[in-house]
Amino acid sequence: MTDPLGWLEILGRLFIQLWPVWAALVVLYALSITYKRRLGLYGKLFDSTVGMIGFALVMFWVFAALFADMIITHDPLGQFSGMRNAAPGSPLRDPAGGYEFFLLGGDALARDVFSRMVAGSREVLRIAPFAAMISFMIGISLGLPAGYIGGRLDTLLTFTANLVLAFPVILLFFLLVAPEIQNTAIPRVMAGILFLMPVLFFTVLLNARLFTQPMKRNLYVGAVLVVGLWAYSGLAFNADPLGVWGMSPNLLNVFVAVVFVNAPTVFRIVRGITMDIKTRDYVAAAQTRGEGPWYIMLWEILPNARGPLIVDFCLRIGYTTILLGTLGFFGLGVAPESPDWGSTINQGRRLLTVYPHAALAPALALMSLVLGLNLLADGLREESLKD
Amino acid sequence: MVSFLLRRIGVMLVTALCLTFIVFYLTNLPAKLDTLAKTQAGSRISDAEVASWLERNGYNRPMLLRYGEWLGVAPGWTREQADGSVTGRCQQLTDSTEPEAAPTRCGLFQGYWGNSTRFRAPVSEVVGARLGATGLLMMWVLIVMVPMALIVGVLAGMREGSRTDRGLSTFAIASTATPEYVSGVVFIALLASSTIGLSPLLVSWGWIDGPVLFQGNARSALEKITFWNFALPVMTIALYGMGYIARITRASMTEVMTQQYIRTARLKGVSFTNIVLRHALRNALIAPFTVIMLQIPWLLNGVVIVEVLFSYPGFGWTLFEAAANNDIELLLAASVVAVLVVLVTQLISDIGYVWLNPRIRIS
Repeated sequence: MTDPLGWLEILGRLFIQLWPVWAALVVLYALSITYKRRLGLYGKLFDSTVGMIGFALVMFWVFAALFADMIITHDPLGQFSGMRNAAPGSPLRDPAGGYEFFLLGGDALARDVFSRMVAGSREVLRIAPFAAMISFMIGISLGLPAGYIGGRLDTLLTFTANLVLAFPVILLFFLLVAPEIQNTAIPRVMAGILFLMPVLFFTVLLNARLFTQPMKRNLYVGAVLVVGLWAYSGLAFNADPLGVWGMSPNLLNVFVAVVFVNAPTVFRIVRGITMDIKTRDYVAAAQTRGEGPWYIMLWEILPNARGPLIVDFCLRIGYTTILLGTLGFFGLGVAPESPDWGSTINQGRRLLTVYPHAALAPALALMSLVLGLNLLADGLREESLKD
Repeated sequence: MVSFLLRRIGVMLVTALCLTFIVFYLTNLPAKLDTLAKTQAGSRISDAEVASWLERNGYNRPMLLRYGEWLGVAPGWTREQADGSVTGRCQQLTDSTEPEAAPTRCGLFQGYWGNSTRFRAPVSEVVGARLGATGLLMMWVLIVMVPMALIVGVLAGMREGSRTDRGLSTFAIASTATPEYVSGVVFIALLASSTIGLSPLLVSWGWIDGPVLFQGNARSALEKITFWNFALPVMTIALYGMGYIARITRASMTEVMTQQYIRTARLKGVSFTNIVLRHALRNALIAPFTVIMLQIPWLLNGVVIVEVLFSYPGFGWTLFEAAANNDIELLLAASVVAVLVVLVTQLISDIGYVWLNPRIRIS
């Protein structure tokens, strides 16, 4: 039987275990800094210390999620005898040829905290960016016409958005993410409406630009429709004939709830920016040229609104991560053994005062990811204000 | 101003009506009613028994009618029992044995909130008592959070780009990145654990008597609030909320500091402290005021998490229990309260904004 590790040894071993992440980070930063003058806004990010730190934190977790299979030392769901609530650095009783230590200790069910933390990053990064992206497409598709056309449409959409925003988030989660709801049609119907938005968005986007060249338009719009509707059928209704796209009812319910909470805020931001930009001269010029309303909205206003939107996108991924953690903390909509950070914190909090490591590791992981996203947003805001 | 107020209140009432209907719909889905019947009448009852239980208790009527019943605009259900006596929603709620003594309508408008199936008590009692507990928590959170956030924001914003600004801004960003369930866990591990963190160290030095410095459980705060059992829950909520307010204050302050009248004051030779306190501060606090008001409903999230984490039986904890046990009437009452808080704070922030900002007030 080997001795337990000291703190320095644990840190050293963690460092070695995470080598794919360090390697990827070094390559990424070396390339980005070398070519930063040619990379636009992304390149300018490397002029700001805050932005660089934030981006490093975010990419750390992205690479950790990507290379999770190489990094984890044990099966995140596997239970190992004698390792219940083991202290960080405890040696396994019977390694059986595998890794000899639980680097960050064991949890109440004798699973490896470190492996679960790394596997948890995959759970979070699988949902958060995509939920934020879909929220953005919905917010943009509805916010642009609300701000540009105004009138009754604006009143109706703003009222609906305010209605959703007046709902306390936590209450909505309690009501919407429950096993009983998963068996009803509600998540499917909501997904059917929410997921249709991105398909419509891209169709209108390309059609507005290319309708003067019918051949090209037909090709591009056709391709978007084929891929989009294929993904749509799989994601929203689980009816993909080829079985490539699909979501478990659990995941779909969580996804729909998170998108539903985020989309109205994006809508309000886009609407505000649109109302500001539509008074500019280049919009008047486009109107005089006789461009259609969708062309003006999507190809004149939207590109000029990108700065604040990119910044908010980073913040929104962070906020979505926090929301997912909240869901996990209350045990809503997660698979029973899931290693996601929120539910790991929830399981760890019962023995928190005696064995805090099981809850601390995912808590700090979640915090560092959200902090990275917020710092990245701050760096981007600073750099985009410079031009 | 009056027409603005009336319009706002009108929109508010429509919103409240829509939201309560959504909550009513989601809590009264057939699947949820089945769960309720099973928790009330025994978990192994057959489908037929579930159906008859629902019918006996008036749950099988159309959704819209029952929503009207709950609001108090539609007459409550009545049913003749086998022995000839009449029972119904209003008879049960008022505990009257005389069928004629009970009112025909008994809902929200008449002041009947129904009974909680989880706590086996009238909802109004449960919610009233818990709201008091949460009110205390919120009061302390605001007392800690608002001054701290304003001080951090003003100090950071008065000299944009300085080292103080960088440090405090980073702190504000870090605090917005630390949700309650993270900071609560870290606080408990650091300050309220008898095996690790600060407490064992302090005990070995003989500085504290008890095993831990702070209590990780706030249940004792119901009887008597002390610094040691209430500081951690308050700090946990305040920390997450303050970052945002601080950043808004900073943005507002930096904008004010670039104004012409500040430069004029400087050229007149007014000291920097005086400029900040007399000329800048009042104008810089308009934006944070609305944000603070809008932050209050947002704190509800934190209240639920913290009350569950520190097992403090307040409103948030009740909401969690009601949702976990599908306690329909309690959940509805809790959502009415939550929605009202949101709408009223929105209204106050709108009025406050108009009132504080002379440019809007005069036009």
